[in-house]
Amino acid sequence: MRNDQLIYKIDWIVVLVYFILVFSGWLNIYAADYDPDVNEGILSFSQSSGKQLIWIASSVILIILIMLVDFRFYDSFAYIVYGVFVALLIFVLLLGQEVSGSQSWFQIGSYKLQPSEFTKFATALALAKFLSKSTRKTEDIRSQIIGFALFLVPMLLIIKQGDLGTAMVFGSLVLVMFREGMHPLILIIGIGVALLFLSTLIFSQTILLISIVVLTLLGIGLAAKTPSKIAVVVLAGIVAAGFVKSVDFILTDVLKPHQQQRVMQLLNPNRDPLGAGWQVTQSKIAIGSGGLTGKGYLQGTQTKFNFVPDQTTDNIFCTVGEEQGWIGSFLLLAAFTTLLLRLIYLAERQKSPFARIYGYAVVSILFFHFAFNIAMTIGLFPVIGIPLPFFSYGGSSLWTFTILLFIFLKLDAHRMQVLQRL
Amino acid sequence: MNARSFIIQGLILFIALVFSIRLFSIQVIDDDYKLAAQNNILQKIVDYPFRGLIYDRDGDLLVYNTPVYDLMIVPKEVDLEDSTAIMELLEIDHATFEAKYDKARRYSSILSSKFVEQIPNEDFARIQDQLVKYSGFYPLPRTVRGYEKSILANTLGYIAEVSRSEINRDTTNYYKGGDYIGKVGIEKQYEDKLRGKRGVRYKIVNVQGVVKGEFKDGEYDTASVPGQSIQLTIDSELQAYAEKLLAGKVGSLVAIDPKTGDILAMVSAPSYDPNQLSGRNLSEFGPSIMNDSLKPLFNRPLQAMYPPGSMFKTIQALIAMQENKLSPTEKIICDGSLIGDHAPPGIYDVERAIQLSSNNYFYKVFKRVIEQGDHDSRYIDARIGMEKWNDYISRFGLGNRLGVDIPNEQSGYIPDIQFYDRVYGTNRWAFSNIYSLSIGQGEVLVTPIQMANLGALLANRGHYYTPHIVKSIDDQGVIEPKLNDVGIDEVHFNSVIDGMQKMAESNFRVPIQDIIVCGKTSTVENPHGMDHSGFMGFAPKENPQIAIAAYVENAGWGARAAAGTASLVIEKYITGEINRPWLEEFVLKGDFLDERQKRELEAMNKAKKLAAQ
Repeated sequence: MRNDQLIYKIDWIVVLVYFILVFSGWLNIYAADYDPDVNEGILSFSQSSGKQLIWIASSVILIILIMLVDFRFYDSFAYIVYGVFVALLIFVLLLGQEVSGSQSWFQIGSYKLQPSEFTKFATALALAKFLSKSTRKTEDIRSQIIGFALFLVPMLLIIKQGDLGTAMVFGSLVLVMFREGMHPLILIIGIGVALLFLSTLIFSQTILLISIVVLTLLGIGLAAKTPSKIAVVVLAGIVAAGFVKSVDFILTDVLKPHQQQRVMQLLNPNRDPLGAGWQVTQSKIAIGSGGLTGKGYLQGTQTKFNFVPDQTTDNIFCTVGEEQGWIGSFLLLAAFTTLLLRLIYLAERQKSPFARIYGYAVVSILFFHFAFNIAMTIGLFPVIGIPLPFFSYGGSSLWTFTILLFIFLKLDAHRMQVLQRL
Repeated sequence: MNARSFIIQGLILFIALVFSIRLFSIQVIDDDYKLAAQNNILQKIVDYPFRGLIYDRDGDLLVYNTPVYDLMIVPKEVDLEDSTAIMELLEIDHATFEAKYDKARRYSSILSSKFVEQIPNEDFARIQDQLVKYSGFYPLPRTVRGYEKSILANTLGYIAEVSRSEINRDTTNYYKGGDYIGKVGIEKQYEDKLRGKRGVRYKIVNVQGVVKGEFKDGEYDTASVPGQSIQLTIDSELQAYAEKLLAGKVGSLVAIDPKTGDILAMVSAPSYDPNQLSGRNLSEFGPSIMNDSLKPLFNRPLQAMYPPGSMFKTIQALIAMQENKLSPTEKIICDGSLIGDHAPPGIYDVERAIQLSSNNYFYKVFKRVIEQGDHDSRYIDARIGMEKWNDYISRFGLGNRLGVDIPNEQSGYIPDIQFYDRVYGTNRWAFSNIYSLSIGQGEVLVTPIQMANLGALLANRGHYYTPHIVKSIDDQGVIEPKLNDVGIDEVHFNSVIDGMQKMAESNFRVPIQDIIVCGKTSTVENPHGMDHSGFMGFAPKENPQIAIAAYVENAGWGARAAAGTASLVIEKYITGEINRPWLEEFVLKGDFLDERQKRELEAMNKAKKLAAQ
């Protein structure tokens, strides 16, 4: 009986968009892998598309399981789930397999699992749980620090694994903090630091230092002789100058060589078209050659003939761009935008803060993946190697996004019961 | 809704908008990416044409194409763990492998370049099956020249990869690096006929360069056009026989069909096996052949220049008769006092003077041509006479290139007024300064082919066809030979030819059963060693079929080596067999070389043997 009720309460718009994305992702995985010489069908298990079908089927089972579990479980067990996955992150550092420079995989039989993926929803749950406690105020600095710590811990562990791309995803949870009342200055400072970092790569240190001095003097002028403001401006100037001076250290000691290359590549795309720039150059060529209407399904030459690396996973969008053209790409953007806006709408209608905050965490994580994945394929951001949700090939990522999304749909379906319970 | 929620929604819409615009710009507005995509997947495969074949006058194949394989490397795809196996397969050592691999990588790690050049077919068959195991290597089929018979090397020439300077000189922009081009000989002369036209095929390739199909069903492909085949005037059997006779000697022989100007045989000795300059042999044997002191690459029939000696006397007699300064029956007493002479003193007419090669007779005859009494001053008189004489001489095809269709023909040298003015000063020379011209000595120089042509124009009694080596080309058919008239009345030839007949009959090495040979020997004075032996003639006397000139250097008397050799070639051509084994043996074994040349020849033979092994 309960299931019957659930069917009416679940948000079918999101479910529909989810299945559209998963299904078209599956078709594109086949297209990306398609080799006209090897006449394998889309269902063949020697193809990524065949394997993806297993992941899709198992995702459906996961959805049913999530729907069957009592909605209160997610709230109650949030910290425990979080604790388990943080522990797994530590384990994988000690025992995991190293795959292309990242020690973030567990090998189970012939399948590999990446705990860092699952940590995303665990962290989302924990953050929601923490911020939803009515006794805490997000404006309160102590709460903010603990909130940050909740996602900075897995983030640092994943950086330690060498997977900067996935680690950056956790940074997106700042959006949740912002929604829940964090001072916007933190967001502004964050963006400022990122801009300053990029400037140090483009301009020489001397020019930047002179600019900082000039800006600081200007700031002092504007501060209109208020000593506290002058102090803040001077402090900001000193910090900025120190940051500029330390970028060399960041570049050489924090970023790995391939990441340094990718940052440099973004700043000058023609610097090394056959080396570090290969991926960006080729993905742009594949997408750009699609034209308005695309080359047609399975007719793409760039992805089909392997010019684009990681074409079924991180660069799956290239296949869409090449074979479906601008119109297909636009429809994909539209689908994601619809999904994200719908999720915000759902989040805002939640009666319980836990569900609302969790909803925003889902939006933040999906939005980050969507924005940075597509930005890197069209050359707007360095290649950081994160999948396009629901679209890219891979069990860990499809499971993670499915769990992430459907926990929220489950919570949403029971939003009226929250009041009853209270 | 919460105000910050709107900010977040705005951010999402803003990003979606930025992406849409960016995508519109690279997908719809910018065409560069479409071009780049096409460049990515298109591989231009050059379809090298078959070079034209070369046949002899009877249609026997002389030069064909033989497949070789350039082994190409794409360094990025090479698994260096296989390198030991690859080195064994290709039979190269570690250092060579490293050097070649580094060179290829410096060129490009993803583009292919030559790793091993021109692997012969038989070696390739051995490695072909193994090769597929090693990624990054693939064969590119090419063709190099193969030769049915080891003859005519100098005339055929050879092909090799086009040089940078040849590409720069090429105004038609046909040649690209790696193309083959005719370097000398017929291969060079008829390069634009023989080479054909390159074709191009566009293939769709994947990132590894593996061909995945045709581009637009081959719409933009062009097929290669095979080169034109060429038929030579050479009689390869005669050529082989003549080469055999001259083996181990230094000299040359040219045989011409007087009725057409067809070159039947053209021998330059010493020569080499044309296969030694084909394909990868070129780099192995090329340098030793090029640096050989006996200059086997020097095409003597066209490039060697000698004083004509006594052969010149036939011309002197004809000019004098045409100028009405000599009658064929006129008796001239020669006592041998004017100039050194091997002919005995006595009474001479044209016939006897040619037969016995009287120097004193031709001294007198040439004096009559030069000193015609047109002016009181003997200097000016000599000028006038010399001018007339030069006029005749040039019509005999001397002093200028005949225009043979083989590169690097030399013109020889005929001194003229300007030359003597330079040497002695204007009007400061007379007959006494130039009399040695009368017997073909002095400053005059001719090439063997010019002397063979002299034989042809004597046989034809006053005209000749420009000697040529190509009889027909596929697209042009038979090439009409050019007829040249010497300007001497036919009647004047009788006495000269009779004299040549007598001269030939008096030399026991020349006469052939049932064939009347007309000839003139010549002993070319050589200040550096033994005299060169020369012979010029034709046969049969009536309806001549072959005109010939032969030179054997440092072989002494013209009557010995050259006359015997020429006579055997004539016999072979007309009768198809040799009935004088004693003469053949004499010529083959003939000891014509001086000590220095013998030593050099020995060394060369040794090198050849080594190369053959």
